[in-house]
Amino acid sequence: MKQSKIGSWIAFIIGTLYFIVPLIGTFEFSMRMKRGEYSFEAYRVVFSDPNFQQTFLYSTLMGLITIVIGVVLVVPTAYFIQLRLPRLRPVVEFITLLPLVMPAIVIVFGYLRLYNSSSWIPLTANARATDLLLAFSYVTLALPYMYRAVETGMRAIDVRTLTEAAEVLGAKLPTILFKVIFPNVRVAILSGAFLTFAIVIGEFTMASLLNRPAFGPYLQLIGANRAYEPSALAIIAFLITWACMGLINVFGQARQMKRST
Amino acid sequence: MTATVDMTPPLPAEPGPVPDRSSAPKNLAVGQKLWAWLGVAPFFVFALMFLLLPTVYLLVGAFQDADGHFTLQNLADLFTPTILSAYWISIKVSVASALVGAVIGFFLAYAVVLGGLPAWLRPTLMTFSGVASQFAGLPLAFSFLATLGRTGLVTVLLRDLFGFNLYGTGFNLLSFWGLTLTYLYFQIPLMVLILTPALDGLKKEWGEAAQVLGASQKQYWTMVAMPILFPSLLGATLLLFANSFGAIATAYALTGSSLNIVTILLYAQIRGDVLHNQNLGYALALGMILITGLSNGTYIWLRGRAERWMR
Repeated sequence: MKQSKIGSWIAFIIGTLYFIVPLIGTFEFSMRMKRGEYSFEAYRVVFSDPNFQQTFLYSTLMGLITIVIGVVLVVPTAYFIQLRLPRLRPVVEFITLLPLVMPAIVIVFGYLRLYNSSSWIPLTANARATDLLLAFSYVTLALPYMYRAVETGMRAIDVRTLTEAAEVLGAKLPTILFKVIFPNVRVAILSGAFLTFAIVIGEFTMASLLNRPAFGPYLQLIGANRAYEPSALAIIAFLITWACMGLINVFGQARQMKRST
Repeated sequence: MTATVDMTPPLPAEPGPVPDRSSAPKNLAVGQKLWAWLGVAPFFVFALMFLLLPTVYLLVGAFQDADGHFTLQNLADLFTPTILSAYWISIKVSVASALVGAVIGFFLAYAVVLGGLPAWLRPTLMTFSGVASQFAGLPLAFSFLATLGRTGLVTVLLRDLFGFNLYGTGFNLLSFWGLTLTYLYFQIPLMVLILTPALDGLKKEWGEAAQVLGASQKQYWTMVAMPILFPSLLGATLLLFANSFGAIATAYALTGSSLNIVTILLYAQIRGDVLHNQNLGYALALGMILITGLSNGTYIWLRGRAERWMR
């Protein structure tokens, strides 16, 4: 037994080293911009780059739009599947798992062929429509995570009783959905939303192939042409991912605590 | 990720309102169903337009020539050296990063769940795994370049402190093993996330029962624990495989186009028709869907089997 404990420590320490060293390496590299001294020069350069600001803002906005579309699509679906159409559950689950099966690059390849400017729905014909298409493509990327989060949340509450109680009190369907169900699965929606944001913010393939000025293609451009800024950007991206995951944990724990009291 | 989902059986069929003399409740039930169908309609329309139809379009195109006639020539053309080698490198990197990721991920998950480490390490590892499994794409490539690139921290430290020339040994970050090492950064955490619930599912009683019956620790693992864990392990490995097979951004930023994996070839094909045949591009995508579909399909099937033991 003693021996296995040593083995566990070794596994854990090797794992920790593998995960911490690249972060230290990246941080150290990002500080090297000024010769002979450590400085935050690379960060200053990045933050004052108007392209950084624009693309970051664009991707943030894209993330928010994706979250809104995703929630509007997923919440009613999960609700009705749970309450009225349980037989459709396997079909819906299959669809929500599809984006894990199909590489993102294949999905966007299909868009480019199906919705090109000479097609029946020319979504790539102008910038605004392409933005919408990009948001839709992000919704598909986030679908497995968003659906799972909302569905788990939906199972944790008694959808049937809530609905019937609301109906008895005279509530119509929109009221039930928006004033009863939504607030009760808010935490699940939030965790799906933060995960979506983490996925969307630095996404490269779809934004690049749809030719939109997003943060991902900007990262690629900087990575190909600069020395120290990419490391600073990697640290920034890591912090954003960390913030999203941290917020998911915070909300999740808040919910658990509320339950146990 | 998806493996932690609890599969409660579908709800029993709607009992419906209590039968009444009038037909009003029946109408109500029909009305409810109608609203429900309307409620899920947007989801299905979305899935059709932005998941299914684009894929079908590519699949059909893979079996057509430039004039739209049926042909198998595109599929046959996949078996040319350039394309085959692209598939082959992708498969090699994905298999290597999935297998190594699975083994290391297993030991890490084992260490925190059953290895007798302090309890506070577990939530720390899980949170970190959640972050690292999403830390992919371009920033990951930048990180590894800053660490193991020619002027990266580790490379420099090895040289200055130990006089060890990493790149003198033939190591190159912009290579098969370099890419695999980089992919492990999200593969290992993903494995930890998927496998921890499975290890939690190993009930204490099974170990005790085996012990009472005189089984050694080794016998317990080979004859009880492993057979139970095997579907989870294999399934998770397959998911890891598909995960790296479809990845592009990390490889693109790391190696440019020097390592010709299939996603990078497809990227170049979409951008500039490097294969000089649109329909061959569709066939290339079809091949990718087949490979990831097969591996994910097996994963989903195995997950169903694994969950039998999770009750």
